Amino acid sequence: MRTEIRLSGRGGQGLILAGIVLAEACGVYEDKQVVQTQSYGPEARGGASRAEVIISDGQIRYPQAYDPDILVALSQPAFDRFAPKIKKSGLIFADSFYVHTDRKDVVLMPFSETARNEIGREVVTNVVMLGALSAVTDIVKLESLKKALKHRVRSAFLDLNLRAVDAGYKLGKEIWKKRSS
Amino acid sequence: MRRLVSGNEACAEAALRAGIRFFGGYPITPSTEIAELMAEELPRVGGVFMQMEDEIASIMAIVGASAAGVPSMTATSGPGFSLMQEGIGYAAMTEIPVVVVDVMRGGPATGLPTKGSQGDLQQARWGTHGDHPVVVFAPRGVEETFALTLRAVDVSERLRVPVILLTDEFIGHMREIVSFPSRVEVYHRQRPRVASSEYVHYAEENNYNAPYASYGGGYAIHLTGLTHRADGFPINDAPTIRWNNERLRAKIEDNLAYLEDNYIDDDPDADTLIVAVGSSARSAYEAKLLTDKPLAYIRLLTLWPFPDATIHRLARGRKRVVVPEMNDGQLCREVQRCLSGDTELVSVTRNDGSMLTPQEVLEVL
Repeated sequence: MRTEIRLSGRGGQGLILAGIVLAEACGVYEDKQVVQTQSYGPEARGGASRAEVIISDGQIRYPQAYDPDILVALSQPAFDRFAPKIKKSGLIFADSFYVHTDRKDVVLMPFSETARNEIGREVVTNVVMLGALSAVTDIVKLESLKKALKHRVRSAFLDLNLRAVDAGYKLGKEIWKKRSS
Repeated sequence: MRRLVSGNEACAEAALRAGIRFFGGYPITPSTEIAELMAEELPRVGGVFMQMEDEIASIMAIVGASAAGVPSMTATSGPGFSLMQEGIGYAAMTEIPVVVVDVMRGGPATGLPTKGSQGDLQQARWGTHGDHPVVVFAPRGVEETFALTLRAVDVSERLRVPVILLTDEFIGHMREIVSFPSRVEVYHRQRPRVASSEYVHYAEENNYNAPYASYGGGYAIHLTGLTHRADGFPINDAPTIRWNNERLRAKIEDNLAYLEDNYIDDDPDADTLIVAVGSSARSAYEAKLLTDKPLAYIRLLTLWPFPDATIHRLARGRKRVVVPEMNDGQLCREVQRCLSGDTELVSVTRNDGSMLTPQEVLEVL
């Protein structure tokens, strides 16, 4: 089965790193097929930037998302641009601080507020988001994300990132429980 | 070992493992990561990285280093590839092995630095003037970039020809899993087995794995871009000119079977054949999987020399041949030569910096 994930937001929110960590977690530590791509160049600086990850049990032919199953939006312009382009049965996760919407099907989560208030650094919003994704979808295990973070993040910032992914996982579980009840 | 790497990273890693020990280059998007990695890694394995003042100097630097016996490579994109054409011709004429990686971006001119295209398919073959031997490989993704970079170095060293690896921005910046082999077989140039006084640099022995001397290796050799005799000195008489041209041509023509490499998924019930190359072949194959119609499919891993006979055989008797690509129809022109009878040729092109989608291919299937 092919799952398409689009991570979107502003340039500088760490979406490409998040895409790499997610792809590495699934591809290296869970033995799935993955492709990770990103918007590159001037387009990625300001405006809506994006990283995409395709995950599959089998070989991946077309490497980009053409009918995303999951959209993450960390900024309003990214949400406005990409929210209409998602699979009918797809899931949208948006940052509750930066994105405003009346759509009831969108799952708003305080990624950036959790990073700011619980970890003390907004820069780990991307990793909080990955932890939450791991909690509410079956695309990646928390342990695999941690292994990928150990490989990709400089050791001085590793503890910060591991705390962020745990906080995101907890956040995801809580919000999902509230939504389901 | 499984690792997540980009196409450009896979290319640099393969080059190092294939024995490339000199890189002369000038950074250009979307190929820069190859130069960056070579700059970091070459000194660690006793190699040399040299940033040149431009791409003309880059190609001539690798020609010089290779003439002196060191397997050499450069990496560039459209504008730089244009500047390198004269040097590629010089390498072809002097029979000096070099590997040139062209990570294609939108053109012409500076065009689209950060967006991919397949606009250099014909330039890779005919970019330099005169009839000349050249081999071009075109991977469809990251793992194949690793494999075909290894092959590019190998073929170049064995046949004494410039080999071009054509990737594009999509592949260069895409990350995929590569299962890196623990060991890579590397071919080492054969040194002449005769005494210096008897050595002829362009001797009749001119095929796969023929020995040749390096500058500074104790043999007297003369290199020139001018048409030359077997001893390397310029000449102007017709029989020798014909001998020189024939020698260059035979290098490719005598080795067609060795050079040809296609992925073929034939279906005898199919009335349509898809011919594809590189990254856009992934869109084509996805489209093939999205429809129930029987379809025959061929993807060229070796773009040049062009597999005329294979395409002719596969296309014979079919109603249609569909050619998807990300330019204005460069592959399609070539496929047309291989068709006979009243087979209809359908060109599917996209040339706006975005990837051709499976849906666009599906529309004509």
